[in-house]
Amino acid sequence: MAVYKKTYRPYEGELTPSWSRFLVIPRYAFEELHGKRFLTIFFLASFIYPLICALIIYVQHNASALSLLGVQQGARNLISINVTFFMSLLGWQSMLALFMASFIGPGLVSPDLSNNALSLYLARPFSRVEYVIGKMSVLAILMSLMTWIPGLLCFGLQGYLEGWQWMRDNARLASGVFFGAWVWILVLALLALALSAWVKWKPAAGGLMFGVFFVGSAFGAVINGVQRTRWGNLFNIGHLIGVVWVQLFEGSKQTTNGAVFFRAAQDEVLPLWTCWAALCVLGLICLYMLARKIRGAEVVR
Amino acid sequence: MDPVIELDGLEVRFGQRVILKKLKAALTGRSVGLLGPNGAGKSTLINTLLGFHKPSAGTARILGRDVRTQAREVRSLVGYMPENDAYISSMTGVHMVRMMAELAGLPREHAIERAHEAFFYVGLGEVRYRAIGTYSLGMKQAAKLAQAIAHGPKVLFLDEPTNGLDPPARTRMIQLIQEIRDRGDLHILLSSHLLHDVEDCCDQVLILKDGNVAAFCNLEEERRANRRFLELETRGGNNGDFLAAVVKLGCETAPGVQGRIKLVMPEGLDVRQLYEIAAGQNVQIRRLNHKRDSLEDIFLKAMENPDGRL
Repeated sequence: MAVYKKTYRPYEGELTPSWSRFLVIPRYAFEELHGKRFLTIFFLASFIYPLICALIIYVQHNASALSLLGVQQGARNLISINVTFFMSLLGWQSMLALFMASFIGPGLVSPDLSNNALSLYLARPFSRVEYVIGKMSVLAILMSLMTWIPGLLCFGLQGYLEGWQWMRDNARLASGVFFGAWVWILVLALLALALSAWVKWKPAAGGLMFGVFFVGSAFGAVINGVQRTRWGNLFNIGHLIGVVWVQLFEGSKQTTNGAVFFRAAQDEVLPLWTCWAALCVLGLICLYMLARKIRGAEVVR
Repeated sequence: MDPVIELDGLEVRFGQRVILKKLKAALTGRSVGLLGPNGAGKSTLINTLLGFHKPSAGTARILGRDVRTQAREVRSLVGYMPENDAYISSMTGVHMVRMMAELAGLPREHAIERAHEAFFYVGLGEVRYRAIGTYSLGMKQAAKLAQAIAHGPKVLFLDEPTNGLDPPARTRMIQLIQEIRDRGDLHILLSSHLLHDVEDCCDQVLILKDGNVAAFCNLEEERRANRRFLELETRGGNNGDFLAAVVKLGCETAPGVQGRIKLVMPEGLDVRQLYEIAAGQNVQIRRLNHKRDSLEDIFLKAMENPDGRL
């Protein structure tokens, strides 16, 4: 006898709150990603750098460990736990997040478009905005785990070992890690979804992610060289993010010019507002591209 | 009876092109067929009811909810089986249906249970753990039906549900739709260009042509009205006397060529009496058919241009 009834019956039970339904998408996406060995290994490997950072912080505050290493107490600040330390951590992790987004992003929207699955999603009490937020949250959750969460854990460890006063004095580092990572996460997630919606061939969409980052910076450098200007950096996402990060980490008292992979050359730094504006324009272009493609039914005019 | 679907001057434009032209209708049937030639606006109407297209004028209501202002509520009442292939290729069948049920608001444990039930119900129980991208066309159609009913909708939109199916699969699909209809738990809007599908499954028909309502009829009433409509083929004797005698019995008659007669019998008159009169008049009744206007007749009449051409 069949376990399940072979009949149709209406559903009269309770419903989940509508605000929470977008979370269904990342839950199913993670189940699928869990089965991909390469991504799992890559994701786990991405924690090596934060672990090394945590180890450095621990060793810096452990006298016996320092003496074991033959380092005198005065050389405690051989590696300073300062803005450069946290910005480097964020820079490395953000670059790994770019790789992760390039692997995962192209597979988020394009299969739904090529198999007409959007009409199934959007025929439910589930809007286009919720669909995009659901898909973005897949990337946002993973990239958060790779960027600001380990950054804040390291900050917390340093604060715990160094004392409350250090935490208060360096609160800007924590906010810089958090907001700086989110700026990068939003840019990457929007870019990945927009490219996934327009480029159906996954390897091409993944390649384009790198293209926008690396080819964009090369293009910007060419413009700078030919035109003898600095405005070519508007095409260099790494530069834009670097300028924004410096502002978020240090405010007006700037001592660095960005992080590894996200550095702005000293004499070519663009005004902060232009960097924010360029990132906003990029985000709006991505949203427009998504709005054109994410529809329940294709309109043929 | 409150209409299930009410079209209130519904107009939809794509750019300058008017696709649906001020449609007005109140569909009350348990199962409503949406007929029309290709490009008549059937799928556009369904997509508009689902909120995929914004009406440029007028509105529509489903179970009293306005598709313009209460689109989310409308979609919570509806199950939709799209015309084209629609699936998530990397997922197993039951996984996809479960996810769709969760997106419709079912808690996880209910979604799992109902996804399995729906899969068994549409006859895919044995293949529910196979990737849906590997399904045959018939299986994909059934899987689409499963995801449309898994969350227990009040109204079911079926867009060309028998498209591309072989005869046994088509029969199975029609049986499923009839079963769902006969349980009486939900209303069905079935869009098709196959008259037989609509005739088999629906009690009301809305026929669209060039974005207009070309005809709207209640098939049940048509069937009842045509129950006493006969077509005879006669030989020998004097057809005129036979006709006069039949008219005396209260029949309405329309003589045709080569001894053919169409007649509508009054209530209480038995066919046997026709044979008795014919025998008395020395007329042979060589053939007698109970006829009714088929949906094909209704459809062709609706498709006729004013000059009588199709």
